[in-house]
Amino acid sequence: MASDVLVVAERSGGQFGDITFELLGKAKEIASALGGKAGVVLLGDTSGVDALGAADVVYTIDDPSLSNYNPEATEASLIGLLRQVEPRLLLMGTSTYGLDWGGALSVAWDAQLASYVVGLSLEGSDIIATSQLYGGKLFAEAVLDGERGIVTAIGGSFPAEAGRTGGSPEIVATSATASAGKVTFGAIKEPDKSGVDITSADLLVSVGRGIGSQDNLELVQELADALGSPLSASRPIIDQGWLPKPQQVGKSGQKVKPKAYLSFGISGAPEHLEGMRNADLIISCNTDENAPIFDVAHYGTTVDLFDLVPELAEKLGQ
Amino acid sequence: MRIVVAMRQLADLVEELEVDDSGTDIDREFVKFVSNEWDEAALEEALLIKEQSGAEIVAVALDEPDVDQTLYTAIAKGADKAVKLTGLEEGWVSTHSRAKAIASWLGDQQWDLLLTGVQAADDLDGQLAGILAAQLQVPHAAVVVSAQTEGSSVKVSQELGGGTIVEETIALPAVLGIQTARQAPRYAPITRIRQAMQSGGLEEASVAGDLAEGRPTVRRLYPPEKTGHAEMLTGSASDVADKIIELLRAKGLVKS
Ligand SMILES: Cc1cc2nc3c(=O)[nH]c(=O)nc-3n(C[C@H](O)[C@H](O)[C@H](O)COP(=O)(O)OP(=O)(O)OC[C@H]3O[C@@H](n4cnc5c(N)ncnc54)[C@H](O)[C@@H]3O)c2cc1C
Repeated sequence: MASDVLVVAERSGGQFGDITFELLGKAKEIASALGGKAGVVLLGDTSGVDALGAADVVYTIDDPSLSNYNPEATEASLIGLLRQVEPRLLLMGTSTYGLDWGGALSVAWDAQLASYVVGLSLEGSDIIATSQLYGGKLFAEAVLDGERGIVTAIGGSFPAEAGRTGGSPEIVATSATASAGKVTFGAIKEPDKSGVDITSADLLVSVGRGIGSQDNLELVQELADALGSPLSASRPIIDQGWLPKPQQVGKSGQKVKPKAYLSFGISGAPEHLEGMRNADLIISCNTDENAPIFDVAHYGTTVDLFDLVPELAEKLGQ
Repeated sequence: MRIVVAMRQLADLVEELEVDDSGTDIDREFVKFVSNEWDEAALEEALLIKEQSGAEIVAVALDEPDVDQTLYTAIAKGADKAVKLTGLEEGWVSTHSRAKAIASWLGDQQWDLLLTGVQAADDLDGQLAGILAAQLQVPHAAVVVSAQTEGSSVKVSQELGGGTIVEETIALPAVLGIQTARQAPRYAPITRIRQAMQSGGLEEASVAGDLAEGRPTVRRLYPPEKTGHAEMLTGSASDVADKIIELLRAKGLVKS
């Protein structure tokens, strides 16, 4: 049976994301237990390959078709490489990469896929994945059947240090596989960085869908003003157009690490937690005692935000 | 232009979710089922395309609890037709199986663009858009925040991490996993939903499949152990406010 474990490296702005090292650390653990190699797939230019010293082998596919984000071209090349290497497991993040390519690869490479993975281990020769489902309310422990599998893991689930060790991996340059050419790259647009900077604040007051309406935002804004802190929010508040994108906390927003993070009406979906779980002190208000936010918060309360926020603002305003 | 919007029902995450006796699925008996929020974004994006450049919209969903409500609401919002796919057993449908059912129905249809939500909270074996597209052998893109048709192609914006956007042009037919529509999903007035219900007209088509196909074998479904659970602050709102201010003061974040 195949015994190699491959990781798809994620880069943005030339830098590898932590997820690459988190997955590489995990890949090493599983590959060595299986007696195989931990490999990294580097799509596009080969800059930064030196950072991948922890890998046994790095497969590079340096081709113009991969120099820009393109799901079709990438999948074609990944499938080509998978058929060539035939690893036991392919690891990706449940990022845009995993959400975009994971499912299609599972069909084309005929492998079972486990998504939203936060735990991964080997039992004999079985791959056991633990996935976070239902917005973090339930975990599913599942066995990947068959001889090959794909895992998309949630960022922050495995320690990155294990994937940052030095070494001199074998570099294998492989060629791209042509795709049907139905997806054409246009442009890349960097996010607007103007406006409020929530990443440098010591304290954040953060609001979620529990606030109910745009008009009610005034309440939390008053509290933020009283504390002299910026207002941040979960994604639905940004998607509604109630606050600008730079104020979004989470996987597709900003990663923040303030001295204190005060949240109101945020459930604590994995995508939100990815952006704030490392804050020194997390205090969360949510009327649902089972809300997943309470699993990462240091202090919590189920008092209604509409009672608590005005109390806080008033006491602080005195 | 014919746009298919693949929608689905999902246990309401606001509710308490219990695990059934098998230990491998939620107890479906008493939970409320609602429309998947990302599918609502997909429907909204389809409606925006229809308003901009004209299109016929067909909403399609597997027969799952309270799906009629979702499909009639789609009609009330502006979908031209809604189809309920029947014949699968009730329970936790894998994404691969859901995709197969939709693909088999699409086989008899003429369609140009299929939109669905980027994810659903129980799609353990992966997200629908990519799986369905690979089964149909058509191009796809997920985490899409804008889709606009132009002749026989669609111009999409996909969101990468941290808010970076990549723009692409994709030849039709194509499948897109929608993260956010260009505007927040509209509301359908209750009177219009009732009207749609009264005029009936949900079409039905039968499909076959095995619920768990393509999904890793679930051994155990369980609520996370509360090891790192927050210390709960109780009492009146005023008591809790005092405690929070004290915690912030200890961190030097509140003056005086
Ligand atoms: C690819 C992708 C990327 C994403 N990126 C992000 C991201 O960067 N950031 C992000 O936040 N999300 C992100 N999401 C969305 C994420 O999955 C959740 O949908 C979102 O975080 C939920 O936001 P919320 O907690 O505000 O809303 P909900 O989950 O709806 O929670 C609202 C909460 O408010 C509570 N509540 C209601 N009324 C009250 C009251 N009166 N007082 C107190 N509490 C109350 C409820 O109990 C509930 O728990 C992403 C999703 C995808 C698919």
